[in-house]
Amino acid sequence: MSASLLILIPLLPLIGFLINGIGFKTIPKGAVGIIGTLAVVASFVLSVMTFQAFLAAGSQPVIVPLFDWITVGSLNIPFSFQVDQLSLLMLMIITGVGSLIHIYSIGYMHHDEGFGKFFAYLNLFLFFMLLLVLGSNYVIMFIGWEGVGLCSYLLIGFWNKNTYYNNAARKAFIMNRVGDLGFLLGIFTIISTFGSVEYLEVFSKATDFEIGDPVIIMITLFLFVGAMGKSAQIPLYTWLPDAMAGPTPVSALIHAATMVTAGIYMVIRSNVLYSLAPSTLEIVGIIGAATALFAASIGLLQNDIKKVLAYSTVSQLGYMFMGLGAMAYSASMFHVITHAFFKALLFLGAGSVIHAMSNEQDIRSMGGLRKKLPITFLTFLIATIAISGIPPFAGFFSKDEILAHVFEHNKLLWVIGVLGSLMTSFYMFRLLFLTFFGTFRGTHEQEHHLHESPASMTIPLVILAVLSALGGFIGVPEALHGTHHLAEFMSPLYDASRMVNPEAFLPTELSHSEEYLLMGVSVAVALVSAVVAYVMYVQKESVPAPDSQPKSALQGLVYNKYYVDELYDNVFVKPIKTLSNILYSFGEFFIDLIVNAFVRLTQFFAGLLRKTQTGSTGDYVFAMVLGIVVILFWKLLL
Amino acid sequence: MIPNPNIPEVNIPAVIQNIPLQHYLILSTLLFVIGIIGVLTRRNAIIIFMSVELMLNAANLLLIAFSSYRSDPSGQVFVFFIMAVAAAEVAVGLAIIVMIYRNTRNTDIGFLNKLKW
Repeated sequence: MSASLLILIPLLPLIGFLINGIGFKTIPKGAVGIIGTLAVVASFVLSVMTFQAFLAAGSQPVIVPLFDWITVGSLNIPFSFQVDQLSLLMLMIITGVGSLIHIYSIGYMHHDEGFGKFFAYLNLFLFFMLLLVLGSNYVIMFIGWEGVGLCSYLLIGFWNKNTYYNNAARKAFIMNRVGDLGFLLGIFTIISTFGSVEYLEVFSKATDFEIGDPVIIMITLFLFVGAMGKSAQIPLYTWLPDAMAGPTPVSALIHAATMVTAGIYMVIRSNVLYSLAPSTLEIVGIIGAATALFAASIGLLQNDIKKVLAYSTVSQLGYMFMGLGAMAYSASMFHVITHAFFKALLFLGAGSVIHAMSNEQDIRSMGGLRKKLPITFLTFLIATIAISGIPPFAGFFSKDEILAHVFEHNKLLWVIGVLGSLMTSFYMFRLLFLTFFGTFRGTHEQEHHLHESPASMTIPLVILAVLSALGGFIGVPEALHGTHHLAEFMSPLYDASRMVNPEAFLPTELSHSEEYLLMGVSVAVALVSAVVAYVMYVQKESVPAPDSQPKSALQGLVYNKYYVDELYDNVFVKPIKTLSNILYSFGEFFIDLIVNAFVRLTQFFAGLLRKTQTGSTGDYVFAMVLGIVVILFWKLLL
Repeated sequence: MIPNPNIPEVNIPAVIQNIPLQHYLILSTLLFVIGIIGVLTRRNAIIIFMSVELMLNAANLLLIAFSSYRSDPSGQVFVFFIMAVAAAEVAVGLAIIVMIYRNTRNTDIGFLNKLKW
């Protein structure tokens, strides 16, 4: 595998960013789109080549050193890339889905003034994301981690003339900072414990530790706080729904397919450490399950097409963490992959709907779009089936694998997972039926304007739909007489974990009949919810009440997202604001006092001294002679 | 006198030895003090200027005296430079005084008191 090709993978988007970012005012729109997209597509092609080369070479991780970066005392942090199964899978997702979303954006953002700026930011994001997954140590991961946070901020607040959007961007950035602090502390603890941040070195040294060692638990908890922030888990999830303020392709790329899965990537990357810390994994699993259920329940009553998908993303990320909690690392990665397909598809489909509806996002004003937007409808339908977990589409395989592992691990979490799955299916079909079925409820003008999106938008939809439909077959469980290609492929990643914690990696104890039963339960649950949604929103044609109508207490609670935002506002934001106001006025008073005192003092002495400036030449001459005499006496006599 | 270790003891001509070094010292000190008093007490710019020249030449005289008594010509070279520079300085100084006179119609430094707080 040639090193220069590998370096080009993140470098191409960076070059795209530089070209578009510096020249976006002068480069014509057509060229901007082509430059931005080509950079990513070329990156994708290179990733595929790297993948092929890796497969041909074997299964051992390859380190590609670029240069020595930081050398302090005995700590040496090189700037190098690591190519292994995990980074390759992430590479494929990022560049593959990224390419499709770039193509889509050419159509979607065509009328926007900031077209060039948009592509520049998108390319910059991909650069940092690729850095995050390619780096061979935690510090490079951290650079990427911060970089994607920055790009997320820039893109959420892309339409920066709207104060609400800017606030959403700031919220995302600040909440991520809370998580980043945890990640940073984790890195520091790793340095002080292992004296290195290189993955291979850290993990080989970690194998000497006992299971449940407090230092390892501390490290994993710190790292998990970072993952919580980036992957929007309770309690740091509230930024993600607000992040929908950004343009829809951004939501698809950053806030569904790639950046938010960075937390899962990090946990899988550190699987040795996590396998050594079962108590951390318990917490990961519980938080994941809680998030999965909590976010899904909020999604049930949302009326903004993107908000529903946002809560769905939070909930699906919860599933992935639930899987990680049960040490089903491959299953979680599987869900990351399938989720990237179907959630990107859902967001892009939603974008296509919003595009057709002239920027209307409220599903209460939609309906009956199926005939006007046939391609969008079909692809959206496939994605909905996939996310609901109905076979044979992608979501079924990955979600069921997670649920099977969770069932083995902890029955209660499994029940929560199935409940979440029930809600997922309901809110997704509710969204589908309200948007595409029934009669059109929008204004006459909107109806007149309805049109299917251009080819640049529908082609990515179709490709993603195919992937959502067939993507699950890379990991068919043994119970269904398939081979789990993904698990086999990823298996070498866990060699060290297997050594330190062999019990966790025993083959499943579930018999085939039990597995069939579990699958049956989750599929049945999903189908029942879909049917309920069909009866409610298609047969009875009920439409969610407008905001003005009073709601029952429970409905109000869920509709207002359990008042979590208000809670955070009252518990954290307002006290901090009050405190800083107090400190500000105190500081103002105190510091001003000191500064003003010095000013007065200087003025007073200056007033005394300036009297000596008489302006009379005779006085000056006298002072000079006196001075000379004094100096002479000083030198000669003293 | 402080012997200078770098310069070999040489014979000083008898003509010069007729007048001891102390006399030169006293003379130049007197000239210098006269200059200082002139600068301090007189108010006419031209006389102050002349007093300054007196002080300058007191220093020159001393340099030459030392130079002769030590048989070291560098002191005399030094004085040549001082005289050359002083000539230039005189030209500039007198020009300034002429300009002051043109503007204020006298040369009393008591009138030059604009540079103050």
